[in-house]
Amino acid sequence: MAPTVSGDELLTLYEQMAVIRRTEKAAHDLFLSGLVKGTTHLAAGHEAIAVGASAALRDDDYVFATYRGHHHALARGATPEECLAELMSRATGLCKAKGGSMHLTKASAGMLGSYAIVGAHLPMAVGAAWSARLRGTDQLAVAFFGDGATNIGAFHEALNLAAVWKLPVLFVCENNLYMEYTAIADVTAVPRPAADRAPAYGIPGETVDGNDVVLVKETVARLARRARAGDGPAVLEAETYRHYGHSRADPATYRPAEEVERWLKHDPLDIARGRLDRLGVSATAIDAADERATAVVQAAVDAAKAAPAPDPAEALTDVWADGGSAWRT
Amino acid sequence: MADLTDAQEADAQRQITYREAVAEGIAREMRRDPAVVCLGEDIGEAGGVFKTTSGLFKEFGPGRVWDTPISEQAIVGAAMGAAMTGMRPVAEIMFSDFLACCWDYLANEIPKVRYMTGGQVTVPLVVRTANGGGLGFGAQHSQATENWAFTVPGLKIAAPSTPADVIGMMASAIRSDDPVVFFEHKGLFASKGPPAPPDHVVELGKAAVVREGADITLVALASMVPVALTAADRLAREGIEAEVVDLRCLVPLDVSTVLASLDKTSRLTIVEENPYQGGWGATLVSVVADEGFGLLDAPVRRVAGECVPLPFADALEERVIPTVDKVVSAVRELAAY
Repeated sequence: MAPTVSGDELLTLYEQMAVIRRTEKAAHDLFLSGLVKGTTHLAAGHEAIAVGASAALRDDDYVFATYRGHHHALARGATPEECLAELMSRATGLCKAKGGSMHLTKASAGMLGSYAIVGAHLPMAVGAAWSARLRGTDQLAVAFFGDGATNIGAFHEALNLAAVWKLPVLFVCENNLYMEYTAIADVTAVPRPAADRAPAYGIPGETVDGNDVVLVKETVARLARRARAGDGPAVLEAETYRHYGHSRADPATYRPAEEVERWLKHDPLDIARGRLDRLGVSATAIDAADERATAVVQAAVDAAKAAPAPDPAEALTDVWADGGSAWRT
Repeated sequence: MADLTDAQEADAQRQITYREAVAEGIAREMRRDPAVVCLGEDIGEAGGVFKTTSGLFKEFGPGRVWDTPISEQAIVGAAMGAAMTGMRPVAEIMFSDFLACCWDYLANEIPKVRYMTGGQVTVPLVVRTANGGGLGFGAQHSQATENWAFTVPGLKIAAPSTPADVIGMMASAIRSDDPVVFFEHKGLFASKGPPAPPDHVVELGKAAVVREGADITLVALASMVPVALTAADRLAREGIEAEVVDLRCLVPLDVSTVLASLDKTSRLTIVEENPYQGGWGATLVSVVADEGFGLLDAPVRRVAGECVPLPFADALEERVIPTVDKVVSAVRELAAY
């Protein structure tokens, strides 16, 4: 197949993935040094899905993600500095330090939120796609979710409603083989938890190598064209792997060593690097992209560390549209 | 006598039912704002199981009035997504008991998204639902559930008691940039009242003093308002003048009107249909104890539902939820304190 991504474009995608990888590493290190509280659900290893899909989307499309959503926020245009500041509870955080790691949101970039109740955001994406239809635009809504969400009722309600209303929404499952601590295969009746269920709702269900940014971009672009043309929703199951455990409390010792080794060798950055090499992009150019990514994330860490804590008065703002939180007279 | 009959008929014609007011209130907003759309089970051509959306499908068509599958999570979740992206959806959850099926959206998603995104996202939606008992629907179709929503910061809560208020508060709810849970009371659907004038808007969070009196304040909500008014009429024959406050909203909660009434009466009874355990009346009483203790000349009383599931038989249901007799006897006791 003729390449659909040029060397220059792929280098850009590579650099975005490199920024995400380094931001996740920084989040990990900052957590260990006590500067990130609560928990984090790192997406290192999943970069190609966020970056590939975003490359196939328009700026006015809508994206909904899960608590493992750092990569989607970054791919949609949030900066490492505002994301890390949010994780570090700084006033300059993406959500004014009211959201935290699990709720990174950048509405101005169409990143309409990261939701920490598994599966809850799939119906919201259906609603955003419905809204696009009602307003007569050809915007698309995309819900990124994990394999675990496929066993939640909201997944099934969302797929059915999207199908019967024939809405422009893509359901993109990041199947990293584990539903938190348990292998998804042990708790699911079909081998492909998302793609195998799609036909039951009259929706196409496809799988893709979620660690290959080019394949992800091409597949999402094709399904997006179809949805924009009025042919309805689709389910894409992107196969990938977590480099870290489910969350910071999880060393992921339940994963067989051989499996971990195999997947770490199938790294999205390495795969992209191989493709860049075949496209004739020099190692020097790729190394320069890596260096830029390192510098951007280091500067982000420094800036976030230097940023102030939020004013406690901010705790009582932003409940209502008038900015306040008054519930009584 | 002919003149009197004609006048009565003319009066009757000027009355509308609470049920009709729901559809009229939605229709008025759909006419003025194309961003208002409805979704829910059986709300289209069928007109809703309570006929509260009757006529909307005919006037606005399937592009504005959308029938859904029985999928409460999808209904409220999709309404949320649409509200975040430029629409003003009005979602119907048929019976308020079914809010439990989509409770994640009411408790975790809709009320929190503005806050946890640092104010980036606005969710201007209305979730309408038929609330309350008194019709013998049994334990899973009769609950007064406004307290469920009352426990969650970030939801506005409307519960009108008259047809005109239904229309005026529906206007405010749909125009609100904040999410509103709109409780329509099943027991009031057939009740009648004066129609709402054109462009009638009742601001959310404004209680109404629906009967003036100097001896005791009765605070009630939704179907308990007519119960309180009937009790007040009976008490008046005994020489006790009750002031009746229709709270109309739980959030915003109009504490000022209640305290102003207590300044006159010094005695307070709250009439609430929901179980005593965790009822909104408890919050109101705690605010009064905090801020209005000096106004009181007697303990406060809450006439509330018993803490049992709603039973089926009339005789059992009446034993459980507040009745005129129960209110009258509570007030008598308090007036004599």
